[in-house]
Formats: sequence, C-alpha cells, structure tokens
Amino acid sequence: MKSIITVLVLAVLFSACQNSAKKKTANEKVSLTAAGATFPLPYYNLVFKNYTESKGTLVTYGGIGSGGGIRSLTDKVVDFGATDAFLDDKQLAEMPAPVVHIPTCLGAVVIAYNLPGVDELKLSNELLEKIFLGEITKWNDAQIAANNAGVTLPAKDILFVHRSDGSGTTHIFSDYMTKISTKWAEKVGTGKSLNWPVGMGAKGNPGVVGTISQTEGAIGYVGSEFAFSQKIQMAKVQNSKGEYVLPTIASVSAAAKGNIPDDTRIMLTNSNDPDSYPISGFTWIILYKEQSYNGRSLAQAEETVKLLDWLVSAEAQTEAANVNYAPLTEDAAAKAKAILRSITYDGKAILN
Amino acid sequence: MNSDKITKIVLFSVSFIILIIAGGMVFSLVGGAIPSFKTFGLGFITSSQWDPTEGKENYGALPFIAGTLITSFAALIISFPLSFATSLFLGEYFRNTRVAKVLGTMVDLLAGIPSIVYGLWGFYVLRPFLIDIGFENQGFGVFTSSLVLAIMIIPYATSLSNEIISMVPNDLKEAAYSLGSTRYEVIRHVTIPAARSGIFAGYILAFGRALGETMAVTMLIGNANRIPDSLFSTGNTMASVIANQFGEADGLKLSALISIGLLLFLITGIVNGIGKLIIKKMS
Repeated sequence: MKSIITVLVLAVLFSACQNSAKKKTANEKVSLTAAGATFPLPYYNLVFKNYTESKGTLVTYGGIGSGGGIRSLTDKVVDFGATDAFLDDKQLAEMPAPVVHIPTCLGAVVIAYNLPGVDELKLSNELLEKIFLGEITKWNDAQIAANNAGVTLPAKDILFVHRSDGSGTTHIFSDYMTKISTKWAEKVGTGKSLNWPVGMGAKGNPGVVGTISQTEGAIGYVGSEFAFSQKIQMAKVQNSKGEYVLPTIASVSAAAKGNIPDDTRIMLTNSNDPDSYPISGFTWIILYKEQSYNGRSLAQAEETVKLLDWLVSAEAQTEAANVNYAPLTEDAAAKAKAILRSITYDGKAILN
Repeated sequence: MNSDKITKIVLFSVSFIILIIAGGMVFSLVGGAIPSFKTFGLGFITSSQWDPTEGKENYGALPFIAGTLITSFAALIISFPLSFATSLFLGEYFRNTRVAKVLGTMVDLLAGIPSIVYGLWGFYVLRPFLIDIGFENQGFGVFTSSLVLAIMIIPYATSLSNEIISMVPNDLKEAAYSLGSTRYEVIRHVTIPAARSGIFAGYILAFGRALGETMAVTMLIGNANRIPDSLFSTGNTMASVIANQFGEADGLKLSALISIGLLLFLITGIVNGIGKLIIKKMS
C-alpha cells in the first residue's frame, strides 16, 4: 500500500515539474503588472484583454483605487500605476524618481435624479450650489422652476445622495463645485471624501444609483462609466459658456479641447469649450520616466511603453466609447505620444 | 510522556495562542490609534466634527458613538417583546412539542442569514413599505436600521433565554402548581426569577451583536456623519464608517478610523463587563 502511494506521489510531482518546465519555454514573453484607479477598470480590462490576444503580452490590472496605484508605483511593485487625480508638484517631488502622466481616456460625473415625469432638468451653477449645500430643500422651489419653464416639479423634498466611501468620483465632483461656487469652496472644499453639509451616503456608484432609483425626489452624482449603462434620469448642467449640456460621450470628450499642458496634468472641469460637459476629467496612467530600475529588463521596459503607445492609439481609443468612456482628443493623444517618446532606458529613448 | 501530560501541553499552548491573538489585536489597535489621539486628545471622543477635507482635517467620533448606541438600544427595545415572548413559548408553554421544534429551528435560521441579505431586504422591501404606509419620508435612518437590527438579534436573545428557561427545575414549578398557582403566576414568580441571569446574559449577547453589525446598517442608516436628532433622522455608526471609509483612507484619517475601532472594542468590552457584573449580582 505504502509503495503505491509513493509511486503516485512521485508520478504527480514528476508531471508537475514537466508542466512548469514546458510553461517556462512557451512563456518567454514578458508579462506586465499594473494597479490603480477603479474608475477606468472596465475599459482597461477590455483593451488589455484585446492586447493580450493580439500581441501575446499578458497584462494584469488590479483595481485597487487611485491611492493604491500611486503607492504601488512608489513601492515599485508594478510596471505602471493608474490614477484619477494627477500627482501635484509636492507628490511628484516625493516620488523616488521622476514620474510621467499618460492620459488614457475621459470620464465624467453626471447629476442623476429621480422625478417621474420630469424628462428634462436644467441646473445652473447657482442651483447646483444651493441644492448641494441644502439651501433649496423642495423640488417645487421657485428658483428651480424659474430655470425650468414648462416643467411641472413636484412638492417633494430633495434628498441628496452622495458617496459614503472615498472616491475619485467625489474628487471630480467637488473639484467642479469648488470652481463654480466660492461658498462651496469655503464650506466643503475638494477631496475624495468630504464633510457633507446635507444628504445621505451610499456605497459605490451602484449604491448611489440604487438609492436614487428607489427614492422619488433623490438627486446625486454618479460616475459616467456606470451611469451611462443605467436607465437613469440625468440633468443638463450649465458649462462655463452658459450652455446647458447633457453628459454624452461627445460632450465629455469636448472637455479636452483647448489648452492641455504638455505634461497633461490638468483638471478639465469647467472647460472653456462651448460643447463640453463641465464635470469631466482625464484618467491617467503613471510610470517612471527612467525605466531601468529594480533590475527590470529592457524587454520589460519596451513592452510597457509599447502597450501604452497602443493604448492612446486610435485602435484602442475607439473601444473606449463601447464601454462608456470618452476617447482622447487628437491633441491629447498627440501629447501622450510625445510623453511616451521621452521615456528612457539607461538614458536612451525606448520609442522613436 | 504520558497522554495526560501531552493533552495538558496542547491545551495550554492552544489557549495561549488565543491570548496572543487577542493581545496582538489590542496592541495594533492602540498603536494605530496613537496619532489621532495625539492630535485631538480626548476631544476625539467628544467632538462631533468629521471633516476629511485636505488641509482642514478634523475628526471626532461622537456622531458614530451616538449612532451605534442609539441604534443598538432601539433594536434591543424593539426586539425584547418579540424574543422574550418567543423564548417563553419555546421554553415553557410548548416545550418539546413539534410546534416548538419548528419555531425553534426557524429562529436559529434567522441567525444563519448573512447580514447583507438583511440589508437587501431592508433596502428593497422594508424601506419602501415604511414609505408607503406614510411612516417615513425617505426611509433611511435610525428607525429603519434599528428595526432590521432588532430582527437580526432575535435569535441571539431567544436561544439563550429559551435554553435557560427550559432548564428551570421542574420540582420548583410543580411545587408552585401544587400550591394552586396559575400558569402565569408560575412564570411570573418561579420561572423568570430562576432564569433571570441567563435571560439577561442573552440580551447582553444580543446587544453586543447589534453594536458590531456593519453591512445591514450601512445600507439603511444613511451614512450621514451627524448625531441623529430623532429616531427618523439619518446617522452613521462606528462599524459602518470604518467599512465605508477604510478603502481610501491614509495618514491621520486612517488613524482616526482605527481609533474608532478601538473605541468600539472598548464599548463592547464595557457592555460585556457590566453584563457579567449584573449576572453575578442576580444569581
């Protein structure tokens, strides 16, 4: 009996060894690891899968949040990180080596509401400020009615639903509110989680949408990547040119028209373009400018940069709209490509 | 070495591991809580500010302590008539009958339902119902959470009380019957006094469970960081603020959340301590 078991164990061990040996020869190609923001996760999952299928390089992306993405890059445990908020000058200085930002697509924050029968709701900056600071508490308030002629608004209480967890969505939303309202800037400010003056919190985009669609009279902000896939009412928001714009792939993309700095580190909220939806923003991939660190091979560095170069190319960008993200403008994509060409391995440019 | 000695050593080392784990938890909680207590002092417990905005970070735990205690007490009060009646039914009136067995199994089943399922039920069934009957305006808040919590803690209170009530010696009860007592009188003057400490222990256990409940509450309480001013206002609890904000927290905020965890640990400890003291006095 004992000898049979020994033979079996040996056989299993032997075949396991052979398996792994085979795998190694077949898998000479490098595999890339990345982690960061959850906002672009569905987009990255889709395009990275396509990339693996067509080019054979395995790309693994972990959606662990922007903060986690920055930490992972700092600790040098990933090939690149991803974040919804660019690193400010102070954060950049704290990184162990120079870091570059590559914008990959645009997303937006939509204002969702639940008012049966109200198909169009126009919200001016002033109304946004007053509703979200709790100064207007009823839907049939004269100030909302004045802005929405011809719409019958019910005498319901306004219930503001915000995120209860920390989130890049909250960051973009509050960044916009801070830009359009000095009162908001003073009382609340910008951040991933805030000291909310009114309303109730729900966890994640699905939590917020769930609560809004379950509660008549609710209003809240939701990431476009999730909101666009849901049947939910969305308000038109007034942009800096005074136009009321509905969030769509095109109006979100339009936010990136105009002056993008060469390092692409810019919050696009309250964009100057007349067609733009004002609560829009880039999401970035971050990586080290000098790719030779921690004993990384040249092949590893080359694959990293090639992948990103493909990610901002037209081929990958057309996929973005399929999963409810807005593609980069030509200008932004060109700037991203220029940045990628500045990335070096041992001081020599990787792409040319 | 004889088997007796081996058993002794194994038992001793295993219980020692538990001691180390519990000690390690306290140690890391205290370690993580130090920065926030250094910054805010004891004011951390009494302040109702919760401002995570960069540059003006200011944290206080009072809204969450209040939310936790209020929801848990309310749940205890709501569940008391239900669970007490059930345990009398199971342990005294219909002891060892088929009805009691079915009902007992159902009550135990309640304890086995994951708390997220309670949360979903509260969110999609109970909350719209409360709005429909005009009881609540938007259905989120202390009352709805307490109601769901009350149902969740019923099995904890019931099982133990039921067990203790059915353990009251028959001799005692028969003596009372022989003196001409009615069934109500026997329960009132014999069963309950004899089982008092056990019943109380059941409610302490249930209360402890309510204090730490997270998922169901976070789905229903509204997660608004303020002290609830009425039963129907929104609020937040200690467990639910930790669950919600832990993901993106770092630095001082992380320390503040760990401090809340430490406080929750202390409150649960104090509740259990008081419970044990009272049980000792009763028996």
